[in-house]
Amino acid sequence: MQDSAVERARNAGKRLFHFHGGLRLHHHKQASCQVAVQSVAIPPRLYIPLMQHAGPEATPLVGTGAHVLKGEPVARFNEPSIGYVHAPTSGTIAAIARQAITHPSGLEGLCVVLKPDGLDRWTRLQPMEHWQSADPELIRQRLCESGIVGLGGAVFPTSRKVEEARNFGIHTLILNGAECEPYISCDEMLMREQPDKVVLGALILQKAVAAEQVIIAIEDQMEEVFSALQAAISNADCTHMRLVKVRTIYPEGGEKQLIQVLTGLEIPAGCRPPELGLLCQNVATAAAVAEAVTEGKPLVQRIVTVTGNGVKRPHNLLALIGTPISTLVDACGGYTHDAARLVLGGPLMGYALASDQNPVIKAANCILVLSNRDIQSDQAEMPCIRCGECARVCPALLLPQTLNWQIRNDLLDDASDSGLGECIECGCCDYVCPSHIPLAEWFRFGKSEHQLLAMERSQSNLARDRYLAREARLEQLKQDRERRLGEKKQALRDRTSVTGGTMGQGPA
Amino acid sequence: MSLAIFSIGLLGTVCGLGLGWAAKSLRAETDPIVDRIDRLLPQTQCGKCNFKGCRPYAEAIAAGQAEINQCPPGGEAGIRALADLLGREPLPLNPANGLEKPAAVAVIDELVCIGCTLCIEACPVDAILGATKQMHTVIAAECTGCELCLPPCPVDCIVMEIPEAIDRRRRPRPALAAGAS
Ligand code: SF4
Ligand code: SF4
Ligand code: SF4
Repeated sequence: MQDSAVERARNAGKRLFHFHGGLRLHHHKQASCQVAVQSVAIPPRLYIPLMQHAGPEATPLVGTGAHVLKGEPVARFNEPSIGYVHAPTSGTIAAIARQAITHPSGLEGLCVVLKPDGLDRWTRLQPMEHWQSADPELIRQRLCESGIVGLGGAVFPTSRKVEEARNFGIHTLILNGAECEPYISCDEMLMREQPDKVVLGALILQKAVAAEQVIIAIEDQMEEVFSALQAAISNADCTHMRLVKVRTIYPEGGEKQLIQVLTGLEIPAGCRPPELGLLCQNVATAAAVAEAVTEGKPLVQRIVTVTGNGVKRPHNLLALIGTPISTLVDACGGYTHDAARLVLGGPLMGYALASDQNPVIKAANCILVLSNRDIQSDQAEMPCIRCGECARVCPALLLPQTLNWQIRNDLLDDASDSGLGECIECGCCDYVCPSHIPLAEWFRFGKSEHQLLAMERSQSNLARDRYLAREARLEQLKQDRERRLGEKKQALRDRTSVTGGTMGQGPA
Repeated sequence: MSLAIFSIGLLGTVCGLGLGWAAKSLRAETDPIVDRIDRLLPQTQCGKCNFKGCRPYAEAIAAGQAEINQCPPGGEAGIRALADLLGREPLPLNPANGLEKPAAVAVIDELVCIGCTLCIEACPVDAILGATKQMHTVIAAECTGCELCLPPCPVDCIVMEIPEAIDRRRRPRPALAAGAS
């Protein structure tokens, strides 16, 4: 990165900029923001998926029948810097079995089934008392052990992000509180109710990556959040922390979009924020970091927005990871009579769930229950008329119509050349498409297909190399054998000619 | 007039010599069309195409000695890609070479294996690990699913299994998803 870009990144938030496209949407957040966050009662069974993010499943550390305390690790990931899966409450392991897990493909995965004992007893917690003077590496290790992941939806392991950030050298930590998707209000409620924890988490993360300054970005319509955070910041007495209000235009909370708004820099394809000296973290992640470091508590619960016209009393709920979604819906008074579809995430980026028995996962920020009324507006898909609306709103500056055509015709490489990888799956193109083409859905599909294709290719390259190596080895062996045979024959011939000669000469 | 003939003739000679030199000393080492065909083949190295492996088959296609529809692991998609590359019409897969199947990996029943090493010799990509009278095992990540290790095994302890993980992660094609929900 050029120095000038880094210099501009350093001035993040002093002036605000725009990004291309985006939508002004109804935010529908009021419904779930009226009442304080409530805890959900512990359900009779918790289903804790062992696949929590991209990558292989974790390996169970406990067997059926074992008794675990809240916060004890029940499984570990084999990759370094990812850490553990923890028991969300105390109880006995009822089974380790394949269950439907919360995933767009409706996939089954290995789950630890926990039967809570109702005592909710914590294991021995080990808070880091003096994190201010601790080695940043120890903080990173703590985040790894505590299973902290990005709670904005991407669930990327935070300790990895911190590690990468440290390698690049970070000057500015951006806390992303611009929760831009309609209906979702879990981060807003968290910032209102626990601003101190968010600020504390920000300070810890700042220490972990040695950043000079922190920017907390929120939407300009979040008045209460603003005053709460302002107070928390002045309480904590940190001069290097700033609160910035950004304009509410979906998807301004996307990582690249937020950075563009704050710095005016467009992050080039394939380049990541740390290269500019920036690190983005979600506010809920920061709060989880604060709990992990100052209280020693691993990530076993999260705030989930349960909302939509299909539930009786929309609410924000504090739920243990692994709680069946039906329990959450019940805590909100149950479904209305015309509830029709269950969506995990918001209306633009979420995906439909097959069943409400799926468990809450770390990525579950919102459970949206749509009613018949909402769905009726779903209209039949028609052919693309090339109006260009989708390109006008695409914040990633792509040509969705072209991508759509390429993916439908299995031209995945072409789609990838046209920037499929840069699509943030925001759904803006979908939203404006007059032909009601599910564009973002196609792009998610295209991305996963392209990933598989890349995997197949790397496997076939490996096979080619191994095949050629084997052929070369066999050829070498053959030549060696022939050479040795030849040498032996030669030796034999020499010997016969020598002995033959002496015999011939002997009598003379 | 003669000047014109002379100068054009000179130009021709110079260009001809230049091209002749370039053709000799700037020649690409291997035949790139073989590489390009080889890149489209699945590298299963199974020999079902009646050649010893993917590369020999690619060479035969390039030389016009084989049709493009002889590779069952590549299947219809592979044939289409080959047809595109070579500017030919796609053909249906030749059933004499075998049928298209989902990718699988070989698994050795380690309790039954007698350690004869015959499968190791058969594996075209060195994906089997073992030694005389020792239990053998397949390195699943390196197995191409060619099935060449099945016939030599004297105790028939190798089976092909379809790894579930791959297809499970797949997102459904949107049209189907809409129909399903
Ligand atoms: S979903 Fe992708 S292509 Fe569509 S607007 Fe968003 S970034 Fe652009
Ligand atoms: S049939 Fe087998 S060996 Fe022949 S090209 Fe296809 S994968 Fe390669
Ligand atoms: S292990 Fe068997 S199936 Fe797998 S690549 Fe080797 S010979 Fe083929």
